[in-house]
Amino acid sequence: MTAISHRYEFVFLFDVTNGNPNGDPDAGNLPRLDPETNHGLVTDVALKRKIRNFVTLDKEGGPGYAIYMQEKAVLNNQHKRAYEALEIKPEDKKLPKDEAKAREITAWMCANFFDVRTFGAVMTTGINAGQVRGPVQLGFATSVEPVLPLEISITRMAVTTEKEAEAQSGDNRTMGRKHILPYGLYRAHGFVSAKLAERTGFSDADLQLLWQALINMFEHDRSAARGEMAARKLIVFEHESAMGNAPAHKLFEAVVVARATHDEDGPARSFADYRVTVNAEALPQGVTMREYL
Amino acid sequence: MTYGIRLLVWGERACFTRPEMKVERVSYDVITPSAARGILEAIHWKPAIRWHIDRIHVLKPVRFESIRRNEVGGKLSPASVVKAMKAGSTASLANYVDEDRQQRAATVLRDVRYLIEAHFELTGRAGPDNSVGKHLDIFNRRARKGQCFHAPCLGVREFPAHFELLESDAPAPPPENGVEPDKDLGWMLHDIDFSDGMTPRFFRAHMRNGVIEVPPWQAAEVKA
Repeated sequence: MTAISHRYEFVFLFDVTNGNPNGDPDAGNLPRLDPETNHGLVTDVALKRKIRNFVTLDKEGGPGYAIYMQEKAVLNNQHKRAYEALEIKPEDKKLPKDEAKAREITAWMCANFFDVRTFGAVMTTGINAGQVRGPVQLGFATSVEPVLPLEISITRMAVTTEKEAEAQSGDNRTMGRKHILPYGLYRAHGFVSAKLAERTGFSDADLQLLWQALINMFEHDRSAARGEMAARKLIVFEHESAMGNAPAHKLFEAVVVARATHDEDGPARSFADYRVTVNAEALPQGVTMREYL
Repeated sequence: MTYGIRLLVWGERACFTRPEMKVERVSYDVITPSAARGILEAIHWKPAIRWHIDRIHVLKPVRFESIRRNEVGGKLSPASVVKAMKAGSTASLANYVDEDRQQRAATVLRDVRYLIEAHFELTGRAGPDNSVGKHLDIFNRRARKGQCFHAPCLGVREFPAHFELLESDAPAPPPENGVEPDKDLGWMLHDIDFSDGMTPRFFRAHMRNGVIEVPPWQAAEVKA
């Protein structure tokens, strides 16, 4: 596969309605908040997880699209067959000293695994050649405005154990808690390096799959916790040259997300409350903008 | 003879992990010379040159924030890749996130901005066509245009770094209000000696007037 030949940056907007886009393990699974500004956060790894899951569903592990970092939920447990085919000593933790052999291992991983080719992976201890740096880099997604997490108490009309049932003398009700955001519009920034893509073989087809994954990943990630999440906008900047034609921050600044109505100060509750404007004229030469969504 | 460059870098968050606290990462107070070198190399680097960081200006107050994330504990072993290659199947090769999950907190920096002063030297791998001027021009041209080999980052890749070249005639921006001008930052990682089995080397970092003087790599105060 030929690698991509342009550098890209992208702005990805997604929203959540009555759900928790990314729980904070430090705060009892409350939606992540920036403590200084009360803006909501979604970590880069949360988004990457969803991209991996989408590719798993879409490609079903087809050749070249295996996923290395898997979730149990998407596991097809039909392997193990070709497993004991080889007898390499388990203490052989380091990469082979032979550099060509090490390259071969890395190349094979890149060719077979979409996530290794895209995000990179750390193999081995010690020797650097086993570390793959992927071309695609994502930052934390931040909500456009401060968000308000709500704590919703819910009841369950059953208990788990006999003992609990006895303690409640047959009432059998337990209370639980859910944390939701009534609404939040999030903005994430991403980078795709053509030069790193050359090294992993990240191709144009892979890039298209990445856009597909961003656009569709929430459609396959429905759950009780997430509420309604949706991809709203994917704005891609393509640089003419592989090294890029403009600073990334200048391009990101061209995408402005503001409230649609200024006279109304109430809390936003839908995407219609926002307006996304792209200052296309201000784009530097050599940069093409595309809206995929 | 070498020539210096000055690069402004900034970002919303940064994590320059202290090697002694890397399981639950804690960042140094400021960018390390090694991370600064990585940013320069993301813009331009060839085996013929080696970047040396001279000075780091801290332009914003040092502030921290904690983030806890689910991470995986293990690394991929090349032996199992070899096994899968021989078997011709990727089926056995997967890391199940739920089985190897660790929740780790990271104490990271917020809202950072630095001015990096650096120069480069030619290495033993420089050929006859590697003039200093050529590499300097390439770097300046790329930095001016916002070009880079890959997006530079502030310690870890989830925290992208924005950058801008500070032209040689422009004055250095003053530190923002709230920057503690003089501070002993303790022992800090200078860089890793890749020619010597990846030995980390440290130096005593002092911030004076918001500026950290980075001793030369081979100086006596840089200790392995």
